[in-house]
Amino acid sequence: MVTTLDAPVDQGLSIQTRGVGHWFDTKDGRLDVLDDVTIDVAPGEFVALLGPSGCGKSTLLRLIAGLDAPRTGKVGADKVRIVGPDPSRLLVFQDPTLYPWRTVRQNVALGLEATGQAKGAQDRIDRALDLVGLRDFAGSLPNELSGGMAQRAALARVLVNNPRLLLLDEPLGKLDSLTRMTLQAELVRLWQDARFTALLVTHDVEEALLLAERIIIFSPRPARIVREIRVDAAYPRHRDAPELQVLRREILVSLGHDHEL
Amino acid sequence: MNSLAETNRFASLAAITGDRPGVALPTPWRGGLAAAAAWALTAALTWAWPDLTPWVRTGLLALLETGVALFLAGAALLGGVRLAAIHPYDRWFGALAAILSLWQVLTAKTGLLPLPFFPPPQSILEVYTDDAARLFESVWRSLVLLIPGYVIGGALGFLAGVSIGWSKAANYWGHPVLRFVGPLPATAWLPIAFFFFPGSHSASTFLVGLATFFPVAVLTASGVKGVNSAYYDIARTLGGSERFLILKVAVPAALPNVFVGLFMGLGSSFAVLIIAEMMGVKAGLGWYLQWAQGWAAYANLYGALIVMALLFSGLISLLFHVRDQVLAWQKGIVRW
Ligand SMILES: Nc1ncnc2c1ncn2[C@@H]1O[C@H](COP(=O)(O)OP(=O)(O)OP(=O)(O)O)[C@@H](O)[C@H]1O
Ligand SMILES: [Mg+2]
Repeated sequence: MVTTLDAPVDQGLSIQTRGVGHWFDTKDGRLDVLDDVTIDVAPGEFVALLGPSGCGKSTLLRLIAGLDAPRTGKVGADKVRIVGPDPSRLLVFQDPTLYPWRTVRQNVALGLEATGQAKGAQDRIDRALDLVGLRDFAGSLPNELSGGMAQRAALARVLVNNPRLLLLDEPLGKLDSLTRMTLQAELVRLWQDARFTALLVTHDVEEALLLAERIIIFSPRPARIVREIRVDAAYPRHRDAPELQVLRREILVSLGHDHEL
Repeated sequence: MNSLAETNRFASLAAITGDRPGVALPTPWRGGLAAAAAWALTAALTWAWPDLTPWVRTGLLALLETGVALFLAGAALLGGVRLAAIHPYDRWFGALAAILSLWQVLTAKTGLLPLPFFPPPQSILEVYTDDAARLFESVWRSLVLLIPGYVIGGALGFLAGVSIGWSKAANYWGHPVLRFVGPLPATAWLPIAFFFFPGSHSASTFLVGLATFFPVAVLTASGVKGVNSAYYDIARTLGGSERFLILKVAVPAALPNVFVGLFMGLGSSFAVLIIAEMMGVKAGLGWYLQWAQGWAAYANLYGALIVMALLFSGLISLLFHVRDQVLAWQKGIVRW
């Protein structure tokens, strides 16, 4: 699979969050979700966010995508305050939520259509479909896809737009381990090619270690930053590398798993 | 098409199990043969049993019944898979023949059921042969009243529904109106409509439009309001404008609801159409019914009812056909 999208984007976006706090008003009162989250992500950096289920990771990605505004604190991209969504910052949602009335190809073309670039972009769409291995299913409807295929289509729907910041909310969660490994490698290669900034939410410690240059670990809800770990190993990384094993144990301890699994 | 696939499946099954080597001759459609026999018997009864008082179209009726019998026999013996779509209806064909026989025995042949309330089938046939011009004219006039009103009412209802579903302001002003005025049956507006509009034709168009407008508006609005908010999130991050969100997300997502509204609107527009024709327009199938009743022409009455049933169920089938084309992506929705 030797596929790249268009020429590399100018540069990845940098991300700043300053003392971000967020809560939801529910019928049982206020539900605190984020607590004083301050993060700096350099242009072109690959950062993984790890934390227990329900701690607030998806919420943080929504704030950076500009879909919601933080209750307190500031969120910025390239040091400009984020006030709304923008096609340079794209989010691969935890649920693929493809439009059921559109074929896979039409779903992938959505962003190009929305920004008026769909005409003459068929090649780009084809390459995005190749990248996730869905070229043969371009004409299929979402309800004809498996869960993993739908997730790959959702990935292609975002990648085809050459984002400068890629927000990934457990994008490989529903894939079998083999496809998962292939796509992890593809993701690293794509990131190295296109130099976008990547923010990956994952449950999978190994995935974080394979992909990210830096791992940020959150506490249970409300999410606070517990720890940051640099992963300096060169790419492509091997999952059995001893240095990663050491980091893996450290991370598990930070997440509260001090006993050996 | 389904049964064709079925046939193929059975053919390959036979090939696998080897219980029918070579190319099998098509087995005759047994149900079809039985139905053909029933129709032949009915034809014989129509022809051989003299009417109590002779009806003009008894001969033609016998001929038509023979035609149906021949068609069924042909389909059963020679039709093969081409006519397989009608195979499941063999019992219906048989039952229709039985009903037609019984009906004639009770009316034309013995007079057990009294005229004029129980006309025999040959007299309804006579309506179709001798009053065809007036019936065609009535169908035409009904369609001319129905279709513009339905199209205008449906289009306006759709626009109102999208606005109310999408915009807070439109919802604030529009939703209470829909809630308050919507439940009024369109027929209740009849006296006012006939008073305010210059002619009965425009008044009826308005009423048909009204009958269509409300269900389409209500269901479109609730469809747009119910769109999964994640669909909007996706379009917004990808750079979709508000116009894009409405046209490419809200509308397609709400379409299944819109079609339910169109279906309900069609049903209530039939009701209002017939009443308007009876009360004011003096044309169309509703008027034909009333005219026939005035002359105690019960055969014409039944004849017109049958035409009306065919017309209306045809229109609903057409709507469902369009729906199936437009919503081909959707599976397992209400069948007609
Ligand atoms: N729109 C909302 N309204 C109310 N509560 C919400 C809303 N969205 C999220 N929450 C709550 O906020 C908390 C954090 O949710 P979030 O989706 O960010 O978790 P997460 O870290 O992504 O979890 P997971 O790893 O399981 O996906 C949860 O307790 C959730 O119930
Ligand atoms: Mg989440």
